[in-house]
Amino acid sequence: MEISIIALPLIASIISGFFGKFIGDRNSEIITSLLVSISAILSALVLYEVIVNQYQDNIIIATWISSGSLNVNWSMKIDALSAVMLVVVTSVSALVHIYSIGYMSHDPHKPRFMAYLSLFTFAMLMLVTSDNFIQLFFGWEGVGLCSYFLIGFWFKKESANKAAIKAFVVNRVGDFGFALGIFLIFYLFGTVNYSEVFQQIPNITEKNLVFLGIEINAIDLICLLLFIGAMGKSAQILLHTWLPDAMEGPTPVSALIHAATMVTAGVFLVVRCSPIYEYSEFVLNIITVIGMSTAFFAATVALVQNDIKKIIAYSTCSQLGYMFFATGVGAYNVAMFHLFTHAFFKALLFLGSGSVIHAFKDEQNINNMGGVWKKLPYTYSLMIIGTLALTGFPLLSGFYSKDAIIEFAYLRGNTTGYYAAGIGIFTAFLTSIYSWRLIFKTFHGNYNNKEIKIEDTHESPIVMLIPLVLLSLGAIFAGFIFKDLFIGNYGLNNFWKDSIFFLKPLSTEHPPLWFLLLTPILVILSIPTAYYLFVKNKNLPEQIVKNNKPLYLFLLNKWYFDELYDALFVKPSKKFGLFLWKFFDLKIIDGFGPDGISAIIKKFSVKANKFQSGFIYQYAFVMLLGFSALLTFLIVK
Amino acid sequence: MNFPILSSLILLPSVGAFFLFFTRSNKQNNFTVKYVALFTSFVNFLLSIYLWILFDHTTSEFQFVEQRTWIDDFINYKVGVDGISILFILLTTFITPLCILSVNNSIKERLSEFLIAVLIMESFMIGVFCSLDLVIFYLFFEAGLIPMFLIIGIWGGARRVYSAFKFFLYTLLGSVLMLVAIITIYWLTGTTDVIELYSLGIEAKYQNLLWLAFFSSFAVKTPMWPVHTWLPDAHVEAPTAGSVLLAAILLKMAGYGFIRFSLGLFPIASEVFTPLIYTLSVIAIIFTSFIALMQEDIKKLIAYSSVAHMGYVTLGIFTIQQQGIEGSIIQMISHGLVSAALFLCVGVIYDRMHSRLIDTYGGIVSIIPKYSVLFMLFTLAALGLPGTSGFVGEFLILMGAFKDNFLVAVIASIGVIIGAAYMLWLYKRVIFGKLINNDLKKMIDLNRSESIILTSLAIPTLFFGFYPDPLINTIEVSISDLIETYNFRLASKI
Repeated sequence: MEISIIALPLIASIISGFFGKFIGDRNSEIITSLLVSISAILSALVLYEVIVNQYQDNIIIATWISSGSLNVNWSMKIDALSAVMLVVVTSVSALVHIYSIGYMSHDPHKPRFMAYLSLFTFAMLMLVTSDNFIQLFFGWEGVGLCSYFLIGFWFKKESANKAAIKAFVVNRVGDFGFALGIFLIFYLFGTVNYSEVFQQIPNITEKNLVFLGIEINAIDLICLLLFIGAMGKSAQILLHTWLPDAMEGPTPVSALIHAATMVTAGVFLVVRCSPIYEYSEFVLNIITVIGMSTAFFAATVALVQNDIKKIIAYSTCSQLGYMFFATGVGAYNVAMFHLFTHAFFKALLFLGSGSVIHAFKDEQNINNMGGVWKKLPYTYSLMIIGTLALTGFPLLSGFYSKDAIIEFAYLRGNTTGYYAAGIGIFTAFLTSIYSWRLIFKTFHGNYNNKEIKIEDTHESPIVMLIPLVLLSLGAIFAGFIFKDLFIGNYGLNNFWKDSIFFLKPLSTEHPPLWFLLLTPILVILSIPTAYYLFVKNKNLPEQIVKNNKPLYLFLLNKWYFDELYDALFVKPSKKFGLFLWKFFDLKIIDGFGPDGISAIIKKFSVKANKFQSGFIYQYAFVMLLGFSALLTFLIVK
Repeated sequence: MNFPILSSLILLPSVGAFFLFFTRSNKQNNFTVKYVALFTSFVNFLLSIYLWILFDHTTSEFQFVEQRTWIDDFINYKVGVDGISILFILLTTFITPLCILSVNNSIKERLSEFLIAVLIMESFMIGVFCSLDLVIFYLFFEAGLIPMFLIIGIWGGARRVYSAFKFFLYTLLGSVLMLVAIITIYWLTGTTDVIELYSLGIEAKYQNLLWLAFFSSFAVKTPMWPVHTWLPDAHVEAPTAGSVLLAAILLKMAGYGFIRFSLGLFPIASEVFTPLIYTLSVIAIIFTSFIALMQEDIKKLIAYSSVAHMGYVTLGIFTIQQQGIEGSIIQMISHGLVSAALFLCVGVIYDRMHSRLIDTYGGIVSIIPKYSVLFMLFTLAALGLPGTSGFVGEFLILMGAFKDNFLVAVIASIGVIIGAAYMLWLYKRVIFGKLINNDLKKMIDLNRSESIILTSLAIPTLFFGFYPDPLINTIEVSISDLIETYNFRLASKI
């Protein structure tokens, strides 16, 4: 049964991908949605078994690579961690499959789209259920590939193609670190299986390595390299540039891959490797810093963006930052909790925005929207739920998970922890502002679209609304229901078991009351603030922009990361390639090598040619000359 | 073993070629000519499969050994296979029929002569991979040049003469030194028999020079940086089938030679020169990847990427790690499949549009969808995506390299990033985007023989990506014994 969870999406993908033409669009849609839904139900059953009966298993499906001491299996590891991921991945995926039936109804390549979605689901499941690092890597690159396909799905759009390649290549930069991490693990332990590696970790805490001239603790180095991979996949600052561009893909893709599942793989990796990370205080602090920087950076950029999907993309980036700093302060279970709740409300927001885009016939600029909340009542109210959950409005799911992160950061009790908590609170406020800005600009105020009449905007079909409703249930209740299980003291011992490792047990104290109330108060206050800024008194934000032009441009251009990378990496690479080719290969190697030698030989032979003139007196003269030279030589000697 | 299976493998293609020699090719019998060649090479493929089935992979001893005296007390015709060589024989016999099948559109004139060259080449290549006598090896190794020289020089493109001579000069220059080295070995030990030499060993003081002599030949053929510049020219001018043979089989002779002779005969020198190999390999990987990024000609791009891929191979071999050497062999097999497929893919669109320039194309995904899918698969295999054979080779090599030298592994891994960039960028510019060139609308999708060829390359590429065990099992024992002997020799200084 467990294997079919993974196999069904693969089968769905093969059917739709190869036989889509024969069975028709509608059948492909139904088959893929159905099979992935079955997979989701089975996953839920597995999670139930894990919760109730403490079910654990490690299924070996087949050998993959066995070379010398390296032994890698196709496997399926089931424990609390992978069960949670199974449920997140398959349930969001199933809903996105169903939603896509409506969203892609005008697209001519439906079977291909569904095949990619299912294939992605398969790769993601391989990733989360692996029992070793190399299968994890397989899934890791596999989801990257599907992401590449789906971002570039509309292959005629130049920007989509560029974004697709960018996503793949930037991810490869992360994977480069990740692969080195795996090599190092194999070098140190002679195995890549989680359980065998984790067992040996405590033995090498003192071991130092000289790596590229720097002496560094072996565990620190492993953690650092693996984290580079995580940064790429989870779009953390420095390697985040691909995520906003990835919004070129169809919206269901953004919801599934670039919000709920794939981008959380980095967080999953760190949590999965908690038995390693727990021994590396140094890298945990780095993670905290990177996490909170990303959270803050992305939130500031989201404040000024105008593309509805880009705002949500930056918001995702920012929330991933929260998850990372949760792992950085050692609260892995809290990170998983936020990952879990985030999947629901972020997918809801994306699919909701898709519904808005659908209503406006592919308009994405929020300045060209407004005033349609009565026209799109369902979408509107569902988006509100998503926003409330995201901002951490009391009693909705984001409230439990995000506030828990801030609390645990505070309870960590060291400097990075306090900083993280402070920035976390501030970022929560920013999150709230930009989220409500999105809502108000999209649904309230005046109707600003010049191309479509307000009468022509329409609510989405039911097949798109049902997934939204289901997700909104998750966004409302997931936090409340699963709070004790995921992060309660009771749950800690019983639920996660050894899938998450804590070197020091997490603090069970409570932060002071004022601290607990601070975030919710800010979040609630931000609603009227945003309303005032973006609906009531629109001149004020414009005034602010005018007075702080450089800052505004800095944020609008996303801190100039793209321009910087272009100047630092892309252009020099091209120049370097051109130099090596035109100058080094053609001028130096060929010039002095084959071409040069043949030119010299040719020159020489032309000269030698002249020598053979055919006149006897010339030959006689030369002979005479040579003879006399020889004679002179002999005499002198 | 009474039936001389290896000699049959070597001779059979030549017999086919012999028959073709008496048929003049014209429009009427082109069909027959092609099927005679195809039949011969296909039978040879089946025979090699049979060989693989009979092969005992639990021992590193040479099997199916045949020996006949050629010149008394000097040269013996001696052939045999172990786990290392058998896969290359399979690769040769697998690629050749596909090559013959592909000549439909590309070779318009002198078909039977062309096929004779291909078949003779197959004979020589199989000879290279199973000879157990240095002189015989040398003969096959050098003779392989001649058909390739002719293929480029006669059936090539506009600058074919320049390319053919460049190819010939480069590769011949290196080989002369190898011949000198072989004669020296005979002087020193009194034999050129590889098995005997393995047990005798060669005195440490001679190893360095001998190693360098062999190296000069292998480095050109691999090709390693900086003697790689003949390859792009040769590929660009060669007809599709020629490029396929060149990339898939000819380049593998050197990798095979490094394992069999450099490691096998001169362990001490190999240890001395490992830093040299590492440096050149890493430079090859990084430099040629950057160069590939900037190419405007599809064939040149793939040719440069071949240099980078072979850089991984040489790197892996000299790690002297189980993973490294096994990875190298798998990488060679994989590169044989994938680069062959990529050159065929270029051939497909070249036959239709008569252009190899990337600019000519763009936006053809919906016009030739079948082609686009297969081309995508091979692109992904070339950039080493997990689940394709390319990944297994590259990953094992880097794993082995990491064990031996951090720095080298780190730099080589950067090549993986650039590899993704140039392959995906190529694919995007050729296949995706807006359709601007209206001539492209007339393109027709893969015909039956093209589909068969590309699919038969796609299947092993994927299969060995998910399940490389058949390959690894075959070579495992031979490699581990090789490493053991190597380390033993190193310790005892012979």
